[in-house]
Amino acid sequence: MSRVVVDPVTRIEGHLRIEAEVDGGVVRDAWSSSTMFRGVELILKGRDPRDAWAFTQRICGVCTTVHAIASIRAVEDAIGANPPPNARILRNLIIAAQCVQDHVIHFYHLHALDWVDIVSALSADPAGTSRLAESISDWPLSSQSYFSGVKARVQAFVERGQLGPFANAYWGHPAYKLPPEANLMAVAHYLEALDWQRDYIRIHAMLGGKNPHLQSFLVGGMATPIDPDQQASLNAGTIAELQKLVAKGLDFVSRVYIPDLLAIASFYKDWAGHGAGVGHYMVYGEYPEADGPGASLYLPSGIIRARDLTTVEALDPAKITEQVTHSWYDYAGGNDAGLHPFEGETSPNYTGPTPPYDWLNTDEKYSWLKSPRYDGLPMEVGPLSRMLVAYASGHPRVRELVTLVLTRLEVGPEALFSTLGRVAARGIETLLLAEKISDWVNALADNMGRRELRIHDNSKWDPSTWPAEAAGAGFHEAPRGALGHWVHIGNGAIQNYQCIVPSTWNAGPRDAAGQRGPYEAALLDTPVANEEQPLEILRTVHSFDPCMACGVHVVDSAHREIARVRAS
Amino acid sequence: MHDPESWFRRELERRGVSRREFIEFCGALTATLALPRAVEAQVAMAIESAQKPVLVWLEFQDCAGNTESLLRASRPTVGDIVLDTLSVDYHETIMAAAGHQAEANLAMAVAQKSGEYIAVIEGSIPTGANGAYCTIGGRSALDIAQTVCAGAAATIAIGTCAAFGGLPAASPNPTSALGVSDAVPDVKNLINLPACPVNVENLTALVVYYLTFKAFPPLDAYRRPLFAYGKAIHDNCERRAHFDAGQYVEAWGDEGHRTGYCLYKMGCKGPVSYQNCPNVRWNSGTNWPIGCGHPCIGCAEPNFWDTMTPFYQHLPGIPGFNIANQVDRVGLWATAGVAVAFGAHGVAKFFQGRNVPALAKPSPPPREDRPAAMPSSDEKGGSQ
Repeated sequence: MSRVVVDPVTRIEGHLRIEAEVDGGVVRDAWSSSTMFRGVELILKGRDPRDAWAFTQRICGVCTTVHAIASIRAVEDAIGANPPPNARILRNLIIAAQCVQDHVIHFYHLHALDWVDIVSALSADPAGTSRLAESISDWPLSSQSYFSGVKARVQAFVERGQLGPFANAYWGHPAYKLPPEANLMAVAHYLEALDWQRDYIRIHAMLGGKNPHLQSFLVGGMATPIDPDQQASLNAGTIAELQKLVAKGLDFVSRVYIPDLLAIASFYKDWAGHGAGVGHYMVYGEYPEADGPGASLYLPSGIIRARDLTTVEALDPAKITEQVTHSWYDYAGGNDAGLHPFEGETSPNYTGPTPPYDWLNTDEKYSWLKSPRYDGLPMEVGPLSRMLVAYASGHPRVRELVTLVLTRLEVGPEALFSTLGRVAARGIETLLLAEKISDWVNALADNMGRRELRIHDNSKWDPSTWPAEAAGAGFHEAPRGALGHWVHIGNGAIQNYQCIVPSTWNAGPRDAAGQRGPYEAALLDTPVANEEQPLEILRTVHSFDPCMACGVHVVDSAHREIARVRAS
Repeated sequence: MHDPESWFRRELERRGVSRREFIEFCGALTATLALPRAVEAQVAMAIESAQKPVLVWLEFQDCAGNTESLLRASRPTVGDIVLDTLSVDYHETIMAAAGHQAEANLAMAVAQKSGEYIAVIEGSIPTGANGAYCTIGGRSALDIAQTVCAGAAATIAIGTCAAFGGLPAASPNPTSALGVSDAVPDVKNLINLPACPVNVENLTALVVYYLTFKAFPPLDAYRRPLFAYGKAIHDNCERRAHFDAGQYVEAWGDEGHRTGYCLYKMGCKGPVSYQNCPNVRWNSGTNWPIGCGHPCIGCAEPNFWDTMTPFYQHLPGIPGFNIANQVDRVGLWATAGVAVAFGAHGVAKFFQGRNVPALAKPSPPPREDRPAAMPSSDEKGGSQ
């Protein structure tokens, strides 16, 4: 039995540490720890709720937009603002574009190097790569000379002796299974995807001024004026440019990403047997198709328990709690209780080792993440959860795409509950949204043509129109999963703010009952060929697409006093 | 004159970039840098012949927004190459190695390239709880920053969090977060590239400047390059004519909003914010915040989360009463610190009921060991 530490886990957002016990070449137990804390929610106290989205958006720059969306929804829920249809359409466009772009970056730039051996690509026969590429897609960049050029670029890079970000990695590890020709194809598409994402995200610049950290959100609507006759508004020219970018997006996803995903996955089908995790899946749902509370959602909400795809349970936000038994926080009423976010407290109390340290004491508190639970159970959130709930709810297009992928890989639905299942579900969702997004561009054009130009509910902009006390919740499906913000407003200012974030659900530590969080559960029984090179651990952790900056919570006012005493 | 075998030229050819396109790109860069056209050839030559300097990119209390911005570098093929001229030996978000292999890469760069590498720091550095608010590989952010900055030829604090503390340092600063200049006071050759996040065009321009002149550009009192932060947003804003004409947006989506009137009354902080957004714009020149109808929030200014909020409250002064003159004065005062400007206008009420830290530090004095050509405090600070 030996203890393996992976810190930092790289190719993620933020600071994540994994400790694992490895025996006989497999992981016997694992602990997930977040090692960074900022206290964004406390910073929000006392501020104008209309400003909150700009603060919370900075919780994460990789999933930019997501905390802005959840925040404006929470404040709108509290004060009763009703954004007009154009605001809903613009938000759907922004959310879907974020999801598509983020998933592509994850596949190629954060996750691919767990499956693709760059050094092996140097021994590829470009003619063979060309044949492979043309057998799986009609994407035009597939000639022998094209892949020869890519190979020469990589060769020159290696010969120069400065491997930069690719130095000291796991090249040649026995867990890499792709033939050199497939590795070369993947490296070429890694580079193409870099260019693609930069172009595609111009959708956000058009609708939000810039990316990362768009600046067009407003409580009650959007700040982007719409007028077909004005140069300073979204107009017919914008629609044409959006349509072009949306088409290019779908082109890349359907002709490069999905064929690559299927080709690479076919070499790693054994990973449908690893990384199962907790087996409970939670989805808030996303993409309202009408306005006002209770509108139908393009991707449905729901709960699946114990991998039972025959039953989708209705989601009840009242069943959400957070525990701190193994988190560096204290609860006034005892550390083994679970608190609903409306009653949430967050008093940090770091009891871990003083840095620099070698090991965390995982029997005690060991993470800056809390342990969220639904009805007492740990829940996996993210693309796999969304696709499972949609599939089990009978979503026609999701059923088609899931069936297509399972058929092509020659596996059954049970393969979805795995590391490979997460990778596949992310690709399926990307294709689904890359298709769907053009509907919203068309809806925007229709409204523009009818001179339906409203973008904002001005009736609730002035704080004097708000109730003296108000509370609201905002739910959103971020690329990495279910995101909720809860806000209390009093006398026009934020009194309390709580976020429960996808990576808190997935990466959180054990709870009072000893139930592991989803990362920890998914790592059980993961094979580890070489303890010095924890490539397999990275595969399963990366399949969740960790985003640690998002996951970490706030301190309350009591703690500030403690901190001051300590400082002095 | 140019070595045809240079790595950079070969790289250009491989990427299908013609000599002419490359020269055009250098021309655009020199324009960003506000350099005379004659410098273009010099820029081109310097980039071509450069050996790849080593760069280590550290992330502390960050959101990775600056890293994402890096991925958006415009003029894609050539912009990439400019960044490829650096050997990025450590960057947690993109590097293939993890855990102790990753840490070994950092240790090797610090040991073998001491005094030569460039350190980029993203995110603030917490000093509370003995460093436990941010650890990597069991070491505190402060410990790592001190080690890495000590051996760096120069340190670039990228984004407002690294430059000035940013969001984590916003009142009440729960983790005692600091920007690099305060956390590592003996840092040498520090350049701040604030904004939330940084506009990658300004990082690209800084890198080219460094490779070309083997020196760093002139900086303002907050150690920001003048080529990017030398003018107020308001001075170059495409809506300035509407401001001067007294034409303002009064409500979101009204006719003035759709027509592109001035956002001053909706809370725009452009008059007291210094950055080149109106000229360079964002995402391959696609747009910028005011261009999409939302006010500037002043994201490259120190303490903007405290000094520029509430974001939708307009700057002091009543439109219609000699406002052009008044706002110009606000702009002038701003370089001496927006707090001074706000104080002068009696807007301390902005912060009533909130525990706001000291708003703007006095301008740091120029140091001999820093490369800055500081503007004198009189140059823009007026009689404040």
